[in-house]
Amino acid sequence: MSVILTGIGLIILTGLISLFIRDAKSSTRFGAVGVILGSVISIVPAIKVLCSGNAISLKVPWQVPYGSFYVELDSISALFLIPVLLICSIAAVYGCGYMLAYKNRRLGIPTFFFNILAASMAMVVMARNSILFLAAWEVMSLTSYFLVTFDDEHESVRQAGWIYLVATHIGTAFLLAFFIVLGKYSGSLDFDSSSMLKTIAPAASSGLFLLALVGFGTKAGIMPLHVWLPEAHPAAPSHVSAVMSGVMIKMGIYGIIRTLSILPNIELWWGWLLIGLGIVSGLLGILFALAQHDIKRMLAYSSVENIGIILIGLGQGLVGIASGLEILVVFGFAGALLHIINHSIFKSLLFMGAGSILHSTGTRYMDLLGGLIKRMPQTAAAFVIGAIAICGLPPLNGFIGEFLLYYGSFSAALSDGVRLVVPTAGAIAALAVIGGFALAAFTKVFGIVFLGQPRTSQAANAHKANAEMQIAMWIAAGLCVIIGLAAPLILPAIIPVISQIAPVVSETTAAYISQANKMLLTIVAASIVFMILAAVLVMFRYRLLRNKTAAQSPTWDCGYAAPTPRMQYTSSSFSQPIVDMFKSVLYSRSKTVKIKELFPEQAQFESHTPDVSSEYLYRPIFERVDWVISKMRWVQYGVVQMYVLYIAITLIILLVWKLK
Amino acid sequence: MTNIAIMIIQPVIAMLLAPMLLGVINRVKAFFAGRRGQPLLQPYYDLWRLLHKGVVYSTTTSWVFKIAPVICLTAIILTAFIVPLGGGRSLLSFNGDLIFAAYLLGLMRFFIVIGALDTGSSFEGMGASREVQFSALAEPALFIALAAMARQTSSVSLSGIFSAVTPQMWTSNCATPLLTAAAMIIVLLTENARIPVDDPNTHLELTMIHEVMVLDNSGPDFAFILYGSALKLWIFAAILVGMLLPMNQMPLWISIPAAVAAVFAVSVFIGIVESCMARFRLISVPNLLFTSISLAILSLVFALRN
Repeated sequence: MSVILTGIGLIILTGLISLFIRDAKSSTRFGAVGVILGSVISIVPAIKVLCSGNAISLKVPWQVPYGSFYVELDSISALFLIPVLLICSIAAVYGCGYMLAYKNRRLGIPTFFFNILAASMAMVVMARNSILFLAAWEVMSLTSYFLVTFDDEHESVRQAGWIYLVATHIGTAFLLAFFIVLGKYSGSLDFDSSSMLKTIAPAASSGLFLLALVGFGTKAGIMPLHVWLPEAHPAAPSHVSAVMSGVMIKMGIYGIIRTLSILPNIELWWGWLLIGLGIVSGLLGILFALAQHDIKRMLAYSSVENIGIILIGLGQGLVGIASGLEILVVFGFAGALLHIINHSIFKSLLFMGAGSILHSTGTRYMDLLGGLIKRMPQTAAAFVIGAIAICGLPPLNGFIGEFLLYYGSFSAALSDGVRLVVPTAGAIAALAVIGGFALAAFTKVFGIVFLGQPRTSQAANAHKANAEMQIAMWIAAGLCVIIGLAAPLILPAIIPVISQIAPVVSETTAAYISQANKMLLTIVAASIVFMILAAVLVMFRYRLLRNKTAAQSPTWDCGYAAPTPRMQYTSSSFSQPIVDMFKSVLYSRSKTVKIKELFPEQAQFESHTPDVSSEYLYRPIFERVDWVISKMRWVQYGVVQMYVLYIAITLIILLVWKLK
Repeated sequence: MTNIAIMIIQPVIAMLLAPMLLGVINRVKAFFAGRRGQPLLQPYYDLWRLLHKGVVYSTTTSWVFKIAPVICLTAIILTAFIVPLGGGRSLLSFNGDLIFAAYLLGLMRFFIVIGALDTGSSFEGMGASREVQFSALAEPALFIALAAMARQTSSVSLSGIFSAVTPQMWTSNCATPLLTAAAMIIVLLTENARIPVDDPNTHLELTMIHEVMVLDNSGPDFAFILYGSALKLWIFAAILVGMLLPMNQMPLWISIPAAVAAVFAVSVFIGIVESCMARFRLISVPNLLFTSISLAILSLVFALRN
């Protein structure tokens, strides 16, 4: 344990020191070296814990009331700690190159916040005391707020930061209630006293689950608690978006999983609820992603979608626990957990790719880009790997997690209980639709941004991403391939985590696990066959073309004499049929100047898809709240004596109440 | 030993005979139109010619355009290893292979779409956009139909499902296989760009889907794509046949030829459909696909009742 704390301490320390380094370049580098060294030190024991399943812990008394410095690294923590350290290190490398664009500013400050963010996420997954947990949680939220508002001269960034701050604290408010009630039932604010919880009433248990779901779900970005996500992710510097979307939102999922491991008597309807929320988040997330024109905003919505997929898996696991169907427990949780790891990798890869595009062209708008594959070949190649992976296509890592989810659903659909078939068949259908739309969304991003002809001079004059950014992207892309091929090795490491969430491990479970492993082995073998076959075909094609001339010509233009790049399909036109089909949920707004006469001078079309829940759910609520609070303004005179009087009155009331 | 030989012979038959399906469809359409039509082996001649031609590349394209046909063909050949023919086990069969097969088709689609977008042509962008829209709707129909059949046969692999189709299944619950087949026919027509979803013979880029995506391909690349789509048609027909016909009861020397004959019967059916129907307006294609999804759900409901 002390090794890990040393590593985390190193990350914090280098962050602090980098505050005092004047030179922008060396301060980011120093911070990044700290993150990498600290991660290397800490990741070794984490891998050991994950492989052996033996938890390590440390408990030191603390001056804080009800608090203790109680940290533990068990399988669940290790599974989340490893991506945190890995992605933060990759993002730190990327940040060295990315932040050079701001080298006339004091970069010590964002470096400091970045390192603290990494360390606080590590503490979140290890904390076993409510006070310590909430402290780490709050540090994580605040450091990421300061990182989101890095570009604070833009009005939109300040607005995004504000939305993020409000959302995260509403979430924390629910967590506060959750921990107080939990502490009340278990008699201590340490998490391990959960054995006391065995006597808890089912209703109270459900209440706790709902509190945790809202509190942690806000961080995870479950629809409709996701509103901060599409605002904050585009605003943050890209390596920060990579960390926020790749691992920080997973802290919400960590919280939900930790809660499930603590709470006794899991009910069937929790699973239904999670599957339902997962389907809603997944479907609406990808539909909104499809309707966006801003790459980073689109990626943020796609994170909502992937959180949905993870929730579907968790929900299946819960349904499995509540109904005693172990195959669903194994495959649901294993799929969800694998998808957590996989999403952290490919989503940070895609955000880093989007950052490189922003860096080189100065714009995030897809419709202003195009043809970047010629200018940024490395970024394009890494990005397409990320895109294939996030669509869940074989032979990359994204397929593995989704395969387990599908397989679990199919097996449950074969079981006897019709009550189980409805959610699982729903999950199958939802996963299929989500997969189809994800393919639409990511072929769109890659096709419109990287392929075709440049639409503007910004895109035509783009420059390559610098070395650090390319290295970081290639590491992430390499991980997508490696995990895709090494899945059978990773699955055994996940099993202890599942048995910690659901203590149902029996012989049948072991049989399912070995069955899953066998399937993954077959898939990996098939993937290798795929690669060999592709290589053979490439060679065949090469032989066929060896002595032939490859002619060059313009693209077929249907006989039209003067095509321009502006005539290409744009991101809006590509997704228009789908967006139109779902106009009843998306509420896209468009502005059109229609063609009126025979020789029209101008025609125009513009579409914009704002977030429905922030427009129609939160805006009205917050406007009411604003109105009510403005009526209460008379309480706050700004006279200090008055406030002292308030304090005195409150104390007297408390005293009287206590005396009674 | 004979088992392995049979496993190998199944994809070999598929790979050898797939282009013939297109020939059969053409002849059927010609018959309905009162023409004689092109030779049955015309698709083979075309492929042969294309393979020996040079290539023309648009100046806009990049390596994506060159790699796309190879990946598409690889994915579909690997799928042919998974889908069995005539009741036997396939070469690559495992629990959950149907999911793998569906996602290989997804990989094929991904590459054909980005290959189309690589040309920067608005026509090809149009085709790509329609392709992703329609296939995203065909996907749930396919998966629910597979789930219904999986439930009916208590098996989660294509080989398992096909070998569990028995005459008894038809007598005990004929609704599930019939509804599944109806859903699958719509999926088949959509995925393979046939009428009423897409017209492979049209000469207007604005109305095409699959053909317009490959407008700029030439030479061996185009041959790979054409061959790949023929194989895709074969695979969908084989899935349809496998779900409907009880093959497992017969000895293999009857069931494999019978399955091949049935696959060709599917192509005759497609030819008849194409001769009797016009292409739908693009706006009404989603309705057709929603019908397919509904049929698949109904089929699952009937499978649950058992």
